[in-house]
Amino acid sequence: MSMMQRATEALNRTLPDRDVDPLTTARRVVGQPVSRVDGPAKVTGGAAFTADVDLPGMAFASLVPSRIARGRIRRIDVTRAAAAPGVIGVVTHDNAPRMDTPVLMTLTAKGCAFIDVAPLQDDVVRWNGQAVAVVVAESQECADAAAHLVHVEYDADAARTSFGDLQSEAVFPADVLGEPPEITRGDVDGALAGAAFVVDEVYSTPQHHHMAIELHATVARWTPEGKLHVWDSTQALVRTRHSLAHAMGLPEEDVTVTCRAVGGGFGNKTVWDHQLLCVAAARVTGRPVRLALRRKDAFRMTGGRAPSRQRVALGADAAGRLRALVHDSVTGIVHENSPEQVSVPARHLYAADTYRIGQKKVVLDVVPNASMRAPGDSIGSFALESAIDELASRVGLDPIELRRRNEPAVDPTDGTRFSKRHLIEAYRRGAERFGWQERNRVPGGQRDGRWLVGHGTASAFYPYIRMPGGKVRIRITADGRAIVSAAANDMGMGTETVQVQQAAERLGLPIDRVGFEFGDTTLPESPIAAGSAQTASLVITVAAAAEELKKVLLKRVPRRSALYGLKPNDVVYRDGGLRHAGDPSRAATFEELVGEAEYVEAVGSSPMLPLEFMKYSMHGYGAHFCEVRVDAVTGETRVSRWVACIDAGRIINPKTAASQIRGAVIMGVGSALMEEGLVDRRTGRTVNASAAEYHVPVHADVCDIDVIFLDLPDPLTPMGVHGVGEIGIVGVAAAVANAVYNATGVRVRDLPITLDKIFTGSGAS
Amino acid sequence: MAHEGISTAEVTVRVNGQSRSADIDTRTSLLDLLRDRFRLTGTKWGCNQGGCGACTVLVDDQRTLSCLMLAVQADGREVTTIEGLGDAAALHRLQEAFIAHDGFQCGYCTAGQICSGVALAGEAAAGVPSVVTQDLRAETVELSVEEIRERMSGNLCRCGAHNGIVAAVSEVYGS
Ligand code: FES
Ligand code: FES
Repeated sequence: MSMMQRATEALNRTLPDRDVDPLTTARRVVGQPVSRVDGPAKVTGGAAFTADVDLPGMAFASLVPSRIARGRIRRIDVTRAAAAPGVIGVVTHDNAPRMDTPVLMTLTAKGCAFIDVAPLQDDVVRWNGQAVAVVVAESQECADAAAHLVHVEYDADAARTSFGDLQSEAVFPADVLGEPPEITRGDVDGALAGAAFVVDEVYSTPQHHHMAIELHATVARWTPEGKLHVWDSTQALVRTRHSLAHAMGLPEEDVTVTCRAVGGGFGNKTVWDHQLLCVAAARVTGRPVRLALRRKDAFRMTGGRAPSRQRVALGADAAGRLRALVHDSVTGIVHENSPEQVSVPARHLYAADTYRIGQKKVVLDVVPNASMRAPGDSIGSFALESAIDELASRVGLDPIELRRRNEPAVDPTDGTRFSKRHLIEAYRRGAERFGWQERNRVPGGQRDGRWLVGHGTASAFYPYIRMPGGKVRIRITADGRAIVSAAANDMGMGTETVQVQQAAERLGLPIDRVGFEFGDTTLPESPIAAGSAQTASLVITVAAAAEELKKVLLKRVPRRSALYGLKPNDVVYRDGGLRHAGDPSRAATFEELVGEAEYVEAVGSSPMLPLEFMKYSMHGYGAHFCEVRVDAVTGETRVSRWVACIDAGRIINPKTAASQIRGAVIMGVGSALMEEGLVDRRTGRTVNASAAEYHVPVHADVCDIDVIFLDLPDPLTPMGVHGVGEIGIVGVAAAVANAVYNATGVRVRDLPITLDKIFTGSGAS
Repeated sequence: MAHEGISTAEVTVRVNGQSRSADIDTRTSLLDLLRDRFRLTGTKWGCNQGGCGACTVLVDDQRTLSCLMLAVQADGREVTTIEGLGDAAALHRLQEAFIAHDGFQCGYCTAGQICSGVALAGEAAAGVPSVVTQDLRAETVELSVEEIRERMSGNLCRCGAHNGIVAAVSEVYGS
């Protein structure tokens, strides 16, 4: 630990806790299963996605991907493409405008790019599928046809493309999200050697892809004054603006980014090459340009989840208590900004006398991986939670009981107190709902016709994150409505609905009198929708704005008013206005307070540093229960029942939150049973780059998913909430693998669990 | 949009009850005709390859992947898109059910899911069997949850709104 870190930590420990948000237990609007306020637009085709934008004079772009993984472009001939019907221009590294490095997504920088070199700035090819030219034409048909006519010759260099072959070259990264890449306590190897029960296995996971159904789209328009307006399917409006402004050498105020709706993000709708290419194409051709990635481009020009190889070694005493916990892992990455933090769950889930938990990296010549729904935690938990299950069978304990015996009193690696931790309660409630007592107890022992039936469980886990630095504006209009505005993002999480609910609760209004305006950088700056942090970040900022608004409203109180002379602390929002906290008869409505003005408004800022999670161990937890049926003849696995019991603080909207958990479970089932980006190790090319060949769960693969929320507030978070977007995927693959083992007696440690591995036991490394 | 060297054709399609014509590049898909020429952007696309179902519309009441049909093939035919099923003021009952059951998150696959759901009701009424249909000679097919799941499987949803989608279709058309 650095001196600086030590100093901050010491400071943290002496800092007082923030006051508990008085709305932590409010239930008038918060906690209600409100249907999405954007529902009518979304079900009628009325929602505005980026590719729906139509500008006068707009041209269409198509990209030419590289065919080698590493090397140089010897010659690029655009003559035939440029002469093709409808073509307006072709942009290559020969004529692209100079662009600076886009600002990367890091903890400290304000950008959201994952590629650290701007495209078309040189003749270097960095991965297979990287765009080497942009063709701009009067129609998409003309652009796509002409893109095939661009002739490129390469000088290829040897490339590092096979994660599996490069394991011996793994080295430690500088850090893993600011934490040391490896942490140890005690003589873990000695403890392992002396343990009564040992599990020591290697687990592996392949490259995964986000595969949001909306393809990435960008529309770029330059104004005659040299300002830039970009419509973009981004989950990080403000960071996208920052990255693009920096790349183009523009002041941020000259760049506007608009995005009203995103068709799924999952961590991948950030800045990649295509936004810069679109902006460059618009600059070169002098036309507004629309660039929508083709599905294969989305696979090869934007990154997915990094592949991993993870050794987990557990040593337990006769009672199943962990004496040693080893998690030695390796991931395949391009640079360290997105390390695929697989070692995180092992740092917080179990009390072990000794441990070594760490991760190394293998640097690859591939498109940089992005954050994909619970980056690291999801696949890290596959290894850890599979191993825990293996240990439980070895010790002869119910896996829930094994977990109970290893439940830590404080955070097991950093020693901080838990702000809340209800993991065992989640197991209790989930087990009851699932009927865990009636589970199959003998691997391979339960059969229903041709189906082998098995049951599995695993822990969900996800850090609590709150992003600092956001602003929110609340405007009260003359008719007593509130409009809450922030450059926030909605990619399906239910942002608009949940923000309307929490603001309505805060302001004492019914939900139909509150609007949430978002999706444009001209609105007050808001943090990225990532890390499941947007809701908590906005809740605390709306609270700050509501306090500011009290001051503005009270200044307007006339002498004759019952509120005259009161201070912000004397009043509360209630029944569509302000009221004296102790005397309900002293009140004024918003209409009265706004009076003759058109509106009254105030802007609030979020408290800068989220000190609470430096001081406390703050995480969400949960318990997954699954039943699988494995065809005894073909080895085909079907997931037939699922219960997820989630401890993610206070739930603002149980309807939309349950949908988030279901979506995450389904994505996790995909990773367990079918998802695998297949890379040709000779060329470094992802070969199954299509919606038909990269298999994701379809309706026939998805059973009813029963979601239970403990709904217990975290006293240290705004309104007691945690994020719910990612936690649901963590533990899912392990729960499936554990159930498959229970059904068949075959332990598959290599995702995805396909029928060949069950049959031959080949995934059981 | 005609450009020199491109073969064009005039197509006339009845879209949502209205006859509409356009002079088009013959390579144009029905999807692009609807979206780019008729500005009916409620129909989405997620692959342009027939792999995702986001572009599903009804052509003569049959569900059709509009990315896989050339616009010229739709000439003289009747096309219904999501905009033709209902609008925010007067929702189709399947659209209402999607809201009630939270049958979407991002809403991007939704137009395709709803068009598929509407068409599937017609297929079942006409007795068209699926791989899970038990009685292949039945005049009509009962839409059990299993049938609905099977028949909706060409419409991908990456947000994972499957439970809500199936509940909505089941409520409106299920057995
Ligand atoms: S866009 Fe037509 S099936 Fe995917
Ligand atoms: S709701 Fe987002 S893809 Fe289905």
